[in-house]
Amino acid sequence: MDESELTDKPRLASKAMLRHDNVRDVELLLLPERVVLLNKSGAAILGLCDGNRTVQQVVEQLEQDFEATDLLNDVMTFLKDARGRGWVVT
Amino acid sequence: MTGIPQPFGLLAEVTHQCPLHCVYCSNPVELFERSDELTTDDWLRAIRQAAELGVLQVHFSGGEPLVRGDLETLVAECRGLGLYTNLITSGLGLTERRAESLVSAGLNSAQLSIQGDTAESTNLVAASKRFDKKEAAARIIRDAGLPLNMNVVLHRVNLDRLDAIIDVCVSWGAERLELANTQYYGWALRNRELLLPSKTQLDEAVAVYERRKAELAERMELLWILPDYYEPYPKPCMGGWAQTALTVAPDGRVYPCPVAEEITTMEFASVRDHDLKWIWAESPAFQAFRGTDWMPDPCRSCSRKELDFGGCRCQAFALTGDAGRTDPVCIHSSDHHLVQDALDRANGGDGADPDTDREQLVYRRPTVSARRS
Repeated sequence: MDESELTDKPRLASKAMLRHDNVRDVELLLLPERVVLLNKSGAAILGLCDGNRTVQQVVEQLEQDFEATDLLNDVMTFLKDARGRGWVVT
Repeated sequence: MTGIPQPFGLLAEVTHQCPLHCVYCSNPVELFERSDELTTDDWLRAIRQAAELGVLQVHFSGGEPLVRGDLETLVAECRGLGLYTNLITSGLGLTERRAESLVSAGLNSAQLSIQGDTAESTNLVAASKRFDKKEAAARIIRDAGLPLNMNVVLHRVNLDRLDAIIDVCVSWGAERLELANTQYYGWALRNRELLLPSKTQLDEAVAVYERRKAELAERMELLWILPDYYEPYPKPCMGGWAQTALTVAPDGRVYPCPVAEEITTMEFASVRDHDLKWIWAESPAFQAFRGTDWMPDPCRSCSRKELDFGGCRCQAFALTGDAGRTDPVCIHSSDHHLVQDALDRANGGDGADPDTDREQLVYRRPTVSARRS
C-alpha cells in the first residue's frame, strides 16, 4: 500500500447522488442512467467521502461508528473499486 | 400494492415541440401542440406523485425539453424531493445562461444527441443545419460541471460512419455514449425501408463498436442497443410491461413505455384525471400485460417467458394490430415473416444513397394528414 493513499481526500463524484430510499428502505447511489443498490458499509463509506476527510480519517470514523477494528483494507479495496467506476474522485 | 412493482424512472416528455425533424423519432406520428401540454402545476403534482410511488430518476425529454420555460421549476421540485434529474436534449437552444440556471435548480446530468458526424449527415437525418450548435452544447454542458452523456441513433444511412461518430463524441468529451440501433416505431416505422441496415453493414459496425469499446475502456463508456430485427429472440422490453418505469406524455397521459401511445386499441389514463399511483398500480392498461398470465402461445409454454416477457407489446401492435401477440421478432412467432420480409428487402437491394433518401424520407413534422381519425 502506498502511504500517500491514506492522505487522499476522496469525494463523491459530482454526477453521483447518495440517498436513502424511503419507499424501498434501502441505500442507493444514483448516477446518470443507473441506480446502484448499496450495502450498509458501502453507503457508510461513500457518505464520508466529502473531500475534507482523508482516507485515514474515513477509516477512523467508520471504526468508531461500527465499533470495529482493522477496516483499513476493506475501505481501501472499496474505494479503489469506487474510483474505477467513477463514483468517487480524489 | 402487494405484487405490484415500484417504478425507478419517470420519463417526462414535457413537449413534442422540437427544432429537429428526425426520420426515426420515437414520438407518435400524431404530435401534440403547445396548447395540449400540461401546465407547470400539473407537472409538479405528477412529479410529487412519482416520488411517492418510488421513482428515483426523472428524465426530462420531449421533443426538446428546453422549449419549456418552466424546466427549472420542475428540476428544482425534483431536487427538493431527492430525485436525480437528467436532461435529454438535442442541444439546440442550450445557452450558457440556461445551463447555469438548470444546474442551480439542481440538474444532475445531461444527455446530448447527435445524428451523424458532420453537418451534412445531420441535415439529411434531422433536417437541421445546426450541427455547430451541438458542439457548442457539448462544451456548455461540460463547462456547467455536468457529466456529458451522448447518444446517436444508428441506421442504414449512418452505420458506415460509426468510427467517425465515436471520434466526434470522444473529442467533445463525452463520458458515455449510447449507440442506439433504430427501433421501428412511429416515424422510424414509416421510414423503415430506408433505415433498416443490411446484415453485412451491421456486422461491420459491430466490429467497429467492439474495437472502440476496448480501446476507449478507461475513457468513455460505450453502450450498444441491439438492433432487435436481427436478433432471434425479442428484447425484454422495459424489463416487462409496467415493471420499472413510466412515461408521462406532453398531454398528461401515462404509458408504461415511450412508444405505447401507438397502441390505439388501449385506453391510457391521464394525470389530469387520476392519481399516478392509481394509474401505475390499478389502471386496466398498466395491468393488461403485467406478469405472464396474459401470454398466448408460443410464449405461454416457452422457457424464455421470464427472460423476454414476450417482447415488446408496442411492436406486436405496430406489426400485427394486436398488442397481445408474441413480438414478431421472435423466431417462434407465427408473425415472424413480417420481420423476415423486411430483412429480406434490406439485404436484397443497394446500399444507402443520400440523394434518393432525401426525396423519400418522411421527416418528423406536425402534419395534419398524419393525424389519426
